[in-house]
Amino acid sequence: MIQIRNVDFQIHGNPILHDISTSIPKGQLTALIGPNGAGKSTLLKLIARLEKLQSGSVRIDGLDLSATPTEKLALVMAVLSQHTHVSSRLRLCELVGFGRWPHHHGRPSAHDRAEITRALELFDLTALADRFLDEVSGGQAQRAFLAMTFAQATDWLLLDEPLNNLDMAHARALMRHLAGLVRDQGKSITVVVHEINYAAAWADHVIAMKDGRILAEGPPADVLTEPLLSRLYDVPVAVGTHQGRPLILHHV
Amino acid sequence: MIRPLPVMLAILLSLFVTSLTIGAAQVSLRAAGSDAWAALVLMESRLPRTLAVVLTGAALAVAGTVMQQIVRNKFVGPDTTGTSESAGLGLLLMTILAPDSPVWVRMLVASLTALAGSAAFILLIRRLPAREVMLVPVAGIILSGVIGAVVTFIAWRYDLVQYVGTWLAAGGSSGIIAGRYETLWVAGAAAIAAWFAADRFAILGLGDNVAKGLGLDPAPVMRLGLMVVSVVSALVVVTVGMIPFVGLVVPNIVSRIMGDDLRRSIPVVATAGAALVSACDIIGRLVIYPYEVPVGLIMGIVGSVIFLILLYRPTRPST
Amino acid sequence: MSQIAPTTRLIALLALLLAVVSALWVWQGLPDNGRAFILNLRLTKLVGLITVGAAVAVSTVLFQTVAANRVLTPSIMGFDALYMLMQTVLVIVLGTTAYVTLPASGKFLTEVGVLCALAILLFGTLLGKGARDIGRTILTGVILGILFRSADSFLGQLLDPDTFATVQSTQIASFNTIDADLLPWAVGISLAAIALAIRLGPQLDVLALGRNTAVPLGLRHSALVIGALALVGVLVSVSTALVGPVTFFGLIVAGLTHGLAGTARHRILLPVAALIAATILVAGQFLFERALGLGGTLAVVIEFAGGLFFIHLLLKGRVR
Repeated sequence: MIQIRNVDFQIHGNPILHDISTSIPKGQLTALIGPNGAGKSTLLKLIARLEKLQSGSVRIDGLDLSATPTEKLALVMAVLSQHTHVSSRLRLCELVGFGRWPHHHGRPSAHDRAEITRALELFDLTALADRFLDEVSGGQAQRAFLAMTFAQATDWLLLDEPLNNLDMAHARALMRHLAGLVRDQGKSITVVVHEINYAAAWADHVIAMKDGRILAEGPPADVLTEPLLSRLYDVPVAVGTHQGRPLILHHV
Repeated sequence: MIRPLPVMLAILLSLFVTSLTIGAAQVSLRAAGSDAWAALVLMESRLPRTLAVVLTGAALAVAGTVMQQIVRNKFVGPDTTGTSESAGLGLLLMTILAPDSPVWVRMLVASLTALAGSAAFILLIRRLPAREVMLVPVAGIILSGVIGAVVTFIAWRYDLVQYVGTWLAAGGSSGIIAGRYETLWVAGAAAIAAWFAADRFAILGLGDNVAKGLGLDPAPVMRLGLMVVSVVSALVVVTVGMIPFVGLVVPNIVSRIMGDDLRRSIPVVATAGAALVSACDIIGRLVIYPYEVPVGLIMGIVGSVIFLILLYRPTRPST
Repeated sequence: MSQIAPTTRLIALLALLLAVVSALWVWQGLPDNGRAFILNLRLTKLVGLITVGAAVAVSTVLFQTVAANRVLTPSIMGFDALYMLMQTVLVIVLGTTAYVTLPASGKFLTEVGVLCALAILLFGTLLGKGARDIGRTILTGVILGILFRSADSFLGQLLDPDTFATVQSTQIASFNTIDADLLPWAVGISLAAIALAIRLGPQLDVLALGRNTAVPLGLRHSALVIGALALVGVLVSVSTALVGPVTFFGLIVAGLTHGLAGTARHRILLPVAALIAATILVAGQFLFERALGLGGTLAVVIEFAGGLFFIHLLLKGRVR
């Protein structure tokens, strides 16, 4: 479980997060939703120790974020940030290989190599393994970064808008895949998603944020309701049901 | 598939031997065993010079790779980021303030000012608009110009313009004899240190967030990189003068051929850098034989042409 | 008082300022002995400084208009390095003796002509299409400058390895030594070029909007680009022949001009730029030569200040 206690955060004096206290359940797919500027990515970055905590505390499986060495945290959680532009000319297999670095620090074992192969297979990249990052499409590169995160073999995965650059089919496949990892391998995954129906369709737990505060949290059926979503986005929405999951309609 | 490293090593070796046999004095390698004079020329002049050129090329090329990783931009090198000029500034200050200080003290001070110059460059480009990839090298070249202007001004005040000219204009290795080049081994050692940390530099090149996510603190890696670049630049400037473009074009060419798996590519980068500078040095010695054109001048022409080709040849073969 | 347009007042003010510093330059501390000789020397230098200032200023503003960009200047794009390279190549092609026996005027006019042709050829292709990737264009220019300078030194060494020092000395700008033989020609040519540029003013105003706006407005874009680049070539030849390369001076002047003039009309911009540049050079040379006793270093100080100004422009994102 990730426990977040009294976290405030500001950038140049502008408050981004106000006294956030919540917990993210273990063994579930958690979706962070909310309008632009709600503080979702900031919260994720704080948990991922990409931004330094200004106040409050974060504990991940009992480890205090500010007291645990960063190398150790890399064995507990893997992070995919937004804006992953890389100027190095790397092959996909080399990029994915860096996911194993926290485990071997420069001396990869046979086990590490096997994990890399597995991650490439899992994200359907085996055929592209020897291609350079600048020779594949944006979606393929995005999958390579996901595979690298996966290769880190951590209990926790934190993904900031992983559906960027993915078309409908690949986005669906990825969400399905993440749900599968949670179900079959007991992973805990937290994603920031913009398209709310992906949260509706695949998440086990939803945290809705607005203006740096948590508006609601709980199972999708409880959070993704007409009054709450209309308040969250300041847009009237209708919520239907499709194959037993909520379906949010906001067409015109 | 052709393995790049053995090929480059073979090319370097042939250039090395060629370099030993060329010069104003006619010396045969075979005669060196029996002829004391030939042996003297070889051991005291030719070999030191050739080694100096090889070490310079290898160290500068590796420093360029490191610089490109920490700046995350393919179009920079130690000579286009104010590093070399800053080293020259430190050296000039030592010449004026403490002319009797031993060589190692001067080298140390030059390395420290080079470090300060590179750090200033890093701070500068962090404030540049993020998407302006091409403006990073422009900012670096202009910063070099500004620091160069300071050096020129001080040199003018103390009547040292000629002296400074040998560092900041085209570098040459014609005066290198035994006893005058050995500090370059330190530059070589710095390049080897960079090789040992190859993985860390590669991860740093993926971005701070990725590095942190993998449990690697970017700050110390950045510091190590800046130290490698600064030490190499300072020692090269002090010993042979400015050799432009090596650190810029060699890593780019190697990257195009074999990618940026640094652990594998750094030895190739070093060999290729050594070969390129050796070739330019040989050209410089032959073109107006028995006179010499400084190797830095040849590199200025060859390097800028290669750079322009790199700039206009798209990376993507096809999509 | 209120009838006078602010821009006219600005031009009058700048002209007055230039007159004051010029008077100060000519008469300050004039000795009684050899009065005529020193007066002549000072007047020559004054005319030289004003010519160089005007040439650099007008060529920079013109070039920025062609590039539709406020950071590019002819010097940053390697224009003056090209001039020096061409000079060396001419020596090689014509042979040293033939070159030396040529009259100064003929030599100079040939150089101006060749530089114009090269400028149109090179920068016309580089900038003509509207230079989509402006960062790459700047980088190309900077690298071309390095290439031209290296090639120039290289050829200089081939000519005569012993005179490397002399070749190098021409690569450093100095406002101290102005070639008096060239001066009448330089003044005449630059006056003509500046007059022509001012005449083209209204069309240049449209050109500055960029190709995609200018062409739909019915401007003969390519012809004007070629014409403007030719004028830039002439003016760069003048300033480089007189004092050598000054990389960042034009950038400072153009920056100040756009800030002060408060208009995009070239009939105002060009004279304002010329006056500002001439005033800075005369006042700067006065300060450095007479007050500080550092006659040779004005160019270095301008490079320093100009480089910092350029970095400032980069940081503020004023590149586009």
